Amino acid sequence: MTAVTEDNHDSHQEHHEATGIKRWLYTTNHKDIGSMYLIFSLIMFLIGGAMAMVIRAELFQPGLQLVEPHFFNQMTTVHGLIMVFGAVMPAFVGLANWMIPMMVGAPDMALPRMNNWSFWILPFAFSILLASLFMEGGGPSFGWTFYAPLSTTYSNDNTALFVFSVHMMGMSSIMGAINVIVTIVNLRAPGMTWMKLPLFVWTWLITAFLLIAVMPVLAGTVTMVLTDKYFGTSFFDAMGGGDPVMFQHIFWFFGHPEVYIMILPAFGIISTIVPTFSRKKLFGYASMVYATSSIAFLSFIVWAHHMFTTGMPLAGELFFMYSTMLISVPTGVKVFNWVATMWRGSISFEVPMLFSIAFIVLFTIGGFSGLMLAITPADFQYHDTYFVVAHFHYVLVTGAIFSIMAGVYYWLPKWTGYMFDITLAKWHFWLSLISVNVLFFPMHFVGLAGMPRRIPDYALQFADFNAIISIGGFAFGLSQLLFVAVVYKCIKGGDKVPAKVWEGAEGLEWEVDSPAPYHTFSTPPEIKD
Amino acid sequence: MGVVRFTLWLILLAPQLSFANSSLNMRTGVTDISENVYQLHMIIFLICCVIGIIVFALMFWAIFHHRKSKGAKPAQFHESTRIEILWTAIPFVILIVMAIPATKTLIAMEDTSKADLTIKITGSQWKWHYEYLSYNGEKGDVDFYSILSTPQDQIKNKAAKGENYLLEVDKPLVIPTDKKVRFLMTSDDVIHSWWVPDFAVKKDANPGFINEAWARVNEAGTYRGQCAELCGKDHGFMPVVVVAKAPEEFDAWLNDAKQSKQNAAQADQALLSQTLSKDELMTLGEQVYMASCAACHQPTGLGLPGVFPGLKGSPIAVGDVNAHIDMVLHGTPGTAMQAFAKQLTLKQLAAIVTYERNAWGNDTGDLVQPNQVKARMKGDE
Repeated sequence: MTAVTEDNHDSHQEHHEATGIKRWLYTTNHKDIGSMYLIFSLIMFLIGGAMAMVIRAELFQPGLQLVEPHFFNQMTTVHGLIMVFGAVMPAFVGLANWMIPMMVGAPDMALPRMNNWSFWILPFAFSILLASLFMEGGGPSFGWTFYAPLSTTYSNDNTALFVFSVHMMGMSSIMGAINVIVTIVNLRAPGMTWMKLPLFVWTWLITAFLLIAVMPVLAGTVTMVLTDKYFGTSFFDAMGGGDPVMFQHIFWFFGHPEVYIMILPAFGIISTIVPTFSRKKLFGYASMVYATSSIAFLSFIVWAHHMFTTGMPLAGELFFMYSTMLISVPTGVKVFNWVATMWRGSISFEVPMLFSIAFIVLFTIGGFSGLMLAITPADFQYHDTYFVVAHFHYVLVTGAIFSIMAGVYYWLPKWTGYMFDITLAKWHFWLSLISVNVLFFPMHFVGLAGMPRRIPDYALQFADFNAIISIGGFAFGLSQLLFVAVVYKCIKGGDKVPAKVWEGAEGLEWEVDSPAPYHTFSTPPEIKD
Repeated sequence: MGVVRFTLWLILLAPQLSFANSSLNMRTGVTDISENVYQLHMIIFLICCVIGIIVFALMFWAIFHHRKSKGAKPAQFHESTRIEILWTAIPFVILIVMAIPATKTLIAMEDTSKADLTIKITGSQWKWHYEYLSYNGEKGDVDFYSILSTPQDQIKNKAAKGENYLLEVDKPLVIPTDKKVRFLMTSDDVIHSWWVPDFAVKKDANPGFINEAWARVNEAGTYRGQCAELCGKDHGFMPVVVVAKAPEEFDAWLNDAKQSKQNAAQADQALLSQTLSKDELMTLGEQVYMASCAACHQPTGLGLPGVFPGLKGSPIAVGDVNAHIDMVLHGTPGTAMQAFAKQLTLKQLAAIVTYERNAWGNDTGDLVQPNQVKARMKGDE
């Protein structure tokens, strides 16, 4: 036993001394891994964003100008995959890695080696996916939802690469989720009872359970696509007794909880930041926890609202319409709680708060269009149009991504020890806020007027709005370079910040020095009431 | 009270403010159902607007009045069971109110019984096939393909774009007004989705399965839509055009269509004894190739490497002529290569094969005549 402990101790010493690339390859430190996740997701955000720029450039005017339809389809597909699996999810895992141990008073994540592995799978997964774009026949072109039989019988041979890269992303996510659950359940500081858990930790705990429940379903789906395409099975082929609509049921059984995987941690971040800058305790902490849990539960019984046009029985359509409408109740509770938190607070408008307020307004707009989409008869008109594109970009860009930016601005000084360039960050906020609405708001109009999604060219009546949308797109894309600049400058230096960076901030992470030392809470902190 | 008055005002003004049928809002359409759908859309939209205005007004009130810079001191409250129950219950009631008309409309939309006319719609990459199955209890006996008719030059920006750019087809679907028309959707390859916004009909065409939808059109006119489900490379170039005619005019059209179908069959028979010249075959061949083959094999005959095979110098296009004809007639099951035997006339098929065997430097010199094609068709029967 002694020998083993000493071995561990030795390797621990060694890893301290590892420098250069080895430090990052071998690291088991939650802060290092968190940083790597965040930087990785930023790179993916820029790559996925570049693809969006290609899409918007082609759609700037009617007619085919820049890219061929086949390449256009690859762009929409890979843009979606990269943003979902490469940008939003790893960013939240990065924030979890950095903040959860510090928020619960743990020395590190519970399973540090697995933590290292789950990160280092990602660069390989995305290299495979991106490499397929450069091979003969190109990358996946069947949409990020890869409906069979377009992705099976009618796809090119590079589909195997897509399948394997999704498998790897799934493994990484599952391991990340296990780590979060084990950390939260086992490593909370003594006295940190469940109902004292910071909301970011709560929402991530629920998210992690969602991940564990549905990532294997995604793995099953892509495996069936693989065997249908290469090994002669007929899961999704009517000629062999299968059913292409079954693909959609299985995919969306993963896909809908996935949507909440990308938004529940966002709720946690906003629930942390709004009280800080309102200088007032979060309104309805308990109801926030219950609302998050009910959203997670409901997410499992609404999947077929993505499939109203596939020809479901009436009873099925009614069930999924009612269950989907129900989601707006707990989601509404959350929004009301945030507003009640701000009510009669003492509000100030630092950059994280600006992003949070924008989140509340714009995410709610996305929620409203979601409620509209739930109404089945109306959904027949909205389905697969730009109205849907507008809806999910409001919840994912001005929802998930704005919350990530709010979180990064909120904790960046804690990570680096320096205050970021506030002027530049405000420019980033205001330019993003304006351009993102120029980008996504008119999409509601072209969608209602009848423009289908995923088309490289369109009828003339959509031309004016598409030009505006593209201009908004380019402006939003360029604005994000300011974000890169702010982060880079803040890592390099700036005004030193104290342990408690924000006046109204509460939580254990503000009790450690800024920048947070390499090892925090080696002995558990005391939890005061 | 102010809120109630404001809501009433919004609803009263809605028709003026709603921009129906403009490029800003959903169309009211030309069926009773599409009108109901539009009403549902506007009701839920207004409910969202009212809730949004109230919530955001409160938030911005707080942002303005409870600012630290104005010296606001934070209050201490952080829960209130009564208000929390209230703002759970009120949205719930609103949802129930909303669900009632939605359910009614949905039930009506799904009732496809007692149709006067039944049309089978089959999607395939990237065209629609319409087959009139039965009309007033009689066999319809008319079927045809409907393909995008916008010239490539307009798409490639070499010519000015027409008024109905990308929303025009060679042969539109024709239906009667004031009759219940039932659509049966299916597909020959991937999933497509048949959508006409003015009918509020959007239904997926799934390979191996049949879906149903219906419409009773109130106004004669031309209605345009598009495929709504990503179906491969030319998903964006697969429009739906429906012409609704008064019942008498529709009857006349249907008789004409039946007649011209018979004439075409006779003309094809007559062709069997003829020998067409190379020029004639090549000219027609190029025309049909561009319409039916070039989407995949490309106008250059080079295909898209790794996706669609090229024909220039390919073993099939310069090899055994009968194997080539078979490929065009019957396609390759399990790939994107369709069977064209039923899609094109004998003359067109002969012309395509001739064109492919002599274009792009495939100088085989082979001429394929309609009777040769016919022989290969028989060989399989």
